[in-house]
Amino acid sequence: MRTAAALRLAADAPPEAAPAPGELRSDLRLIADMIDPNSRVLDIGCGDGALLAYLARDKAVDARGIELSQSGVNACVRHGLSVIQGDADRDLDAFPDGAFDVVVLSQTLQATRQPRHVLEALLRIGERAIVSFPNFGFWRIRLSLLCRGRMPMSPLLNNPWYDTPNIHLCTIRDFVALCDELGARIERSLSLDRHGRTIALDPRGSLANLFAEQGIFVLAAGVAAASGKRRMAR
Amino acid sequence: MSILTVPRLRRSGRDWPGHRLVVADELPLDCGAALGPFTIAYQTYGRLNPERSNAILVCHALTGDQYVADPHPITGHPGWWTTLAGPGGVLDTERYFLICANVLGGCMGTTGPREINAATGEAWALDFPVITIHDIVRAQKLLVDRLGIEELFCVIGGSMGGMQVLQWASSYPDRVFAAVPIAAAARHSAQNIAFHEVGRQAIMADPDWCGGRYLKEGRNPSRGLAVARMAAHITYLSEAALHRKFGRNLQDRNQITYGFDADFQVESYLRHQGSTFVDRFDANSYLYITRAMDYFDLAAEHGGSLPAAFARRQPRFCIISFTSDWLFPTSESRALVHALNAVAANVSFVEIETDKGHDAFLLHEPELFATLRGFLTGCAEQRGLPRFWT
Repeated sequence: MRTAAALRLAADAPPEAAPAPGELRSDLRLIADMIDPNSRVLDIGCGDGALLAYLARDKAVDARGIELSQSGVNACVRHGLSVIQGDADRDLDAFPDGAFDVVVLSQTLQATRQPRHVLEALLRIGERAIVSFPNFGFWRIRLSLLCRGRMPMSPLLNNPWYDTPNIHLCTIRDFVALCDELGARIERSLSLDRHGRTIALDPRGSLANLFAEQGIFVLAAGVAAASGKRRMAR
Repeated sequence: MSILTVPRLRRSGRDWPGHRLVVADELPLDCGAALGPFTIAYQTYGRLNPERSNAILVCHALTGDQYVADPHPITGHPGWWTTLAGPGGVLDTERYFLICANVLGGCMGTTGPREINAATGEAWALDFPVITIHDIVRAQKLLVDRLGIEELFCVIGGSMGGMQVLQWASSYPDRVFAAVPIAAAARHSAQNIAFHEVGRQAIMADPDWCGGRYLKEGRNPSRGLAVARMAAHITYLSEAALHRKFGRNLQDRNQITYGFDADFQVESYLRHQGSTFVDRFDANSYLYITRAMDYFDLAAEHGGSLPAAFARRQPRFCIISFTSDWLFPTSESRALVHALNAVAANVSFVEIETDKGHDAFLLHEPELFATLRGFLTGCAEQRGLPRFWT
């Protein structure tokens, strides 16, 4: 028997079901496959928490997230995920060194104010960083700019130039150069075509920079950068 | 013209519903004194499961009480968190066992300045020792011990209730599975101390306060307490909410009266808030509890480092703030989040968009409900609590 108060309370939405693994975006699916079960993962710019929910459920991962939008954070917390409202530029400095096994930054690096500082922070707080980003060197983007003379738009970069969060776009070559500059070790890299399928191309070669619509990189701090690291006792 | 003319004395609390725990031992307090024997008045809802793993401690705010989900024995108003607590609610009494104790220094049955000091046979008044949030939590822990609960599933509260949540998480982290401080802060700000001081000065300036001995004199500093409440109430709202509710609308009149009557609806509203408050609250309790909030500074207990306050072990945290809360603004919650990140705690943080100000945690706020429901459901799964049990 439910009271009137209970009926009123029951009208509030129950927790929604987390997205099924089959619905994962293609790059998130690839990232998920790179993460070991039972590891500690921080997903920066986790959106509605699709990756975190999958990792927590199917890989028993200790999954945490940071998301800028209130709607995204609320959706995550409603799904029982540990997510804080914040952004990569402001909220990474508080984390201790080596706090996570893996830090994920998917399709977000280009939207940060200080990508270099963010990348350094990722390598500091994570044993590994997985970074995915749209490749501005993709042939369609080059061709679009060349032929149309307008800022390119694509399924991954679908905002007009005056209304885009993507303020620091780069090519795969740019990204590799920055990794070298930071002394980051590229442990693995994947090139994805425009259907989200992996294509076997060397990230340092010019073909990847031309034919990959996006790149996914697994990075670890180089020997020099890692020597100053302090393992956080948990 | 005055907001109150007839001072009313409170009814005795002997017949109020709920439970009482009389503690024979002395409770050592931060101020150096010890209090005992003393009484904790508390209320419970739902049933404790056989594993004793489904208990949620609800911590009330400055002027709250233990009547979370049943009518207030003096005013008859519904419990202060019926928006959340009840069968099928976010704080589901069919699933969880809710406990809420009147805080130490309070006036709803727990030992405070209006209760009788056994040593003198008279009300404690200002002889009552100054208490802190930590003292309040020490008393709550005694209650939880007596109830045989090894680990609370959750400690939750808004405003001063949130301070108690943080104190629990810092001092007794192994006794708390999940912590939910709402519209709270790890320390009371200078502005908030300033507002409290205005309230206390209003009470102490009332001739009926009698240096705190008003019960013995058969008087009640209702005017001072009402003014304190009026000033505080403004801080619980936002400019936008006041404008939306009242604007510059006039009260029961078509034009201003060129006098000091309550011309404006907002004045009438505040006077009502003040005058109804004095029926249910004790002036000295107001002094003591506001002081406890003023003294709250979790980092100061740990050499000025907030992360150190949570270094030992951390429960799962869900921190919630409201965009229009200027008493406990989001920046306070974010400082807390950063401190918890520094010790790699499991923390969620949500800032909820609302124009209702600090009071939003007590009001119908669907985003708050959805967030809490999701967090608690997730924690219950991790803790292995069955959805229902018989």
